[in-house]
Parts: sequence; structure tokens; C-alpha cells
Amino acid sequence: MNYAHPEVLVPTVWVEQHWNDPQVRLVEVDVDANAYHEGHIPGAIAWAWSSQLCDTTRRDILSREAFEKLMSASGIGNDTTVVLYGDSNNWFAAWAFWQMKIYGHKDARMLNGGRKKWIAEGRDLTPAVPHPQPAHYKAAAADLSLRAYLPQAQAASQQPGADLVDVRSPQEFTGEIFAPPGLPETCQRGGHIPGARNIPWSKACNDDGTFKSADELKALYGAEGVDGSRPVIAYCRIGERSSHTWFVLRYLLGYKQVTNYDGSWTEWGNLVGAPVEKGVAAEVKP
Amino acid sequence: MKAEYYRERRLEVAGWPLRLTSYKIGEKFYCHADNVSPGANIARASASSQEEAERLALEKAQERLQRTVRR
Repeated sequence: MNYAHPEVLVPTVWVEQHWNDPQVRLVEVDVDANAYHEGHIPGAIAWAWSSQLCDTTRRDILSREAFEKLMSASGIGNDTTVVLYGDSNNWFAAWAFWQMKIYGHKDARMLNGGRKKWIAEGRDLTPAVPHPQPAHYKAAAADLSLRAYLPQAQAASQQPGADLVDVRSPQEFTGEIFAPPGLPETCQRGGHIPGARNIPWSKACNDDGTFKSADELKALYGAEGVDGSRPVIAYCRIGERSSHTWFVLRYLLGYKQVTNYDGSWTEWGNLVGAPVEKGVAAEVKP
Repeated sequence: MKAEYYRERRLEVAGWPLRLTSYKIGEKFYCHADNVSPGANIARASASSQEEAERLALEKAQERLQRTVRR
């Protein structure tokens, strides 16, 4: 079995051959925004997830206008090939990819293995920050079929017709901890949305940061009853790890109806009166 | 320039798995500490030697992991 959309992944060697291609824009998006300044792929610009890839006033993704402004300032036109990469196995690169698809960017790709693989392979790095010529960018209206909101998550929890996939760690899922180890707690309650399956996002990756094969991914999600026959809603804590799983299910496995519930546990776990399940998930019914 | 002396080490700190990834870029050694799963960076440090960068990152990671409450 091959990936459903192999064109969205590029290997490190491809990037090495195309980093100065004027048609290609490399963008690094890290969990740790300081990583870029240690050294990055020549020609790559950086986007900060906490200030450039969200609305900083209200909790939301970028507005269409803000997205257009970011693309234009980044020298990205509607026909530019954008290759995203970052630390933590492309965790926030996937968040950027998801927003690019919401606003209809045609040619967005991910560097398979991300920053980790590039560095581990000893490939060229530079401290030089490029200043691209601004471009003209016209975004499409937001495609909200890629995004789930609270009512959709509530409906999926109450009337099983969609698969809710919680991609956090098992300890977050069971309610043993309220946030990933070492990070501040950002919700009032621990546990998960009733009915959700727990498939941690990182299981989709190999040790070198690359994505597992299509067969391995199909087996991973299939073992939890997630086979693409029903709509899938992925969630995590703030919606970024689940954008990684969204990418895997939508682009590598080709499942048609996959959404990212970016409100995630910081919305559900803070909601007054919301039902919460603790402990491990029930066995998958055949 | 290229990253050199790349290495990863896994250890347990305050009951949590921790991964230290360190390397040299230019004149500096960098170390990132992540919590393995979920894989978030929780500490970073730089120093003139690999051992010192790892020690500093480990120190910060330890402090943060100790604050994680199990219920």
C-alpha cells in the first residue's frame, strides 16, 4: 500500500536540491521557536506558532485577511510550493499545513522527518535569515470541512457516527495528568471526551522523525476501529498534535472526512457541565 | 555549517521518560530535552561543551517535571 497523497511529503535530499528554487519556499515552524536561530535550512524562513499562526486576541486560527498578509509577507504566491518542517516530528509544521489547506493553498508539502532528520543527517545549516520579496496572495474562503467545533465533537460523543480520536499521551487520556509532563496545566479537569479512542500522535512516526509506512499507519488506526469508513474527529490539548494526526489520516491514508477539533481538551476540559470519561477506553467492538 | 556530534539519550527523571538531544552547530553545543511522549520540548540549553549543554537542559527539565502532578 502506498500513501494516498505521496506528493505532500518530500525527503531531505529533495529539499537539498530545491532550497534555492525560486518556486519553492521553505518554512520552519517549531514547538521551540528558538530552534530556528541555532541554525536552519538555507533559505528557510520561520513562522512562530504562538503569534503568527493564530489570532492573538481571541482564540482562533488566522483570519483569511491575516493569512493572506502572512503569505504575502513570506514571499508566497498562490502558486508557490511551500515546504513546511519543524522540530518534534513536524508537530507545528502540521498545524501550519492544516491552516494552509483551510485557506486553499494548492501546493503545501512537509519535509519527511522534519528538523530532526535534517540535523541528524548533518546537512547544511545557516544562521542567515532571508528577507523574501513580498508577494501577492489571495486566499480562498475558509474550508471549514477540515475543522470541527464543539457541537460536532459533542454530537460525535453522544451519537456514535463518527470516530473521536484523542491523540494525547495515555496519561493525559486517562486523566492521570492534566497536561504533558513538564508543561503547565491548562484545564480544570482531566480525562477524555466520552467515546474517544486513544491513539497518541507520535505513534505515526519512526524514531528518525519520518512517517511510518502506509501499511503500518493503516494497522495502527485500524486496531482502534478507525478505518475511514466513518468521519473522524481528531483532538488533543490545543489542536496542534491533532493537526499532525489529521495530516496522517487525510493525506497519508486518504480518509475523506477527517476534521481537526482545535478547541480540543482545553475547551472540553474547561467546559461547565461537560461529560468526562476517565481511565482507559473500552475495547473496540468488532 | 552542519550539525556535528549529534546524539540522543533517554533517561527517567522524576518518574517521567526524558530524551536529551544534543549537537554542535558552529561554536556552540545545544541540547533539547523533550518528554518523549507527547514529545514536547520542555527545556533547552546551550554551552561550550556537549556535557555542559546536557547538564543545563537536564537541570531545567528536572525542575519542570517535578512540578507535574499525578492524580
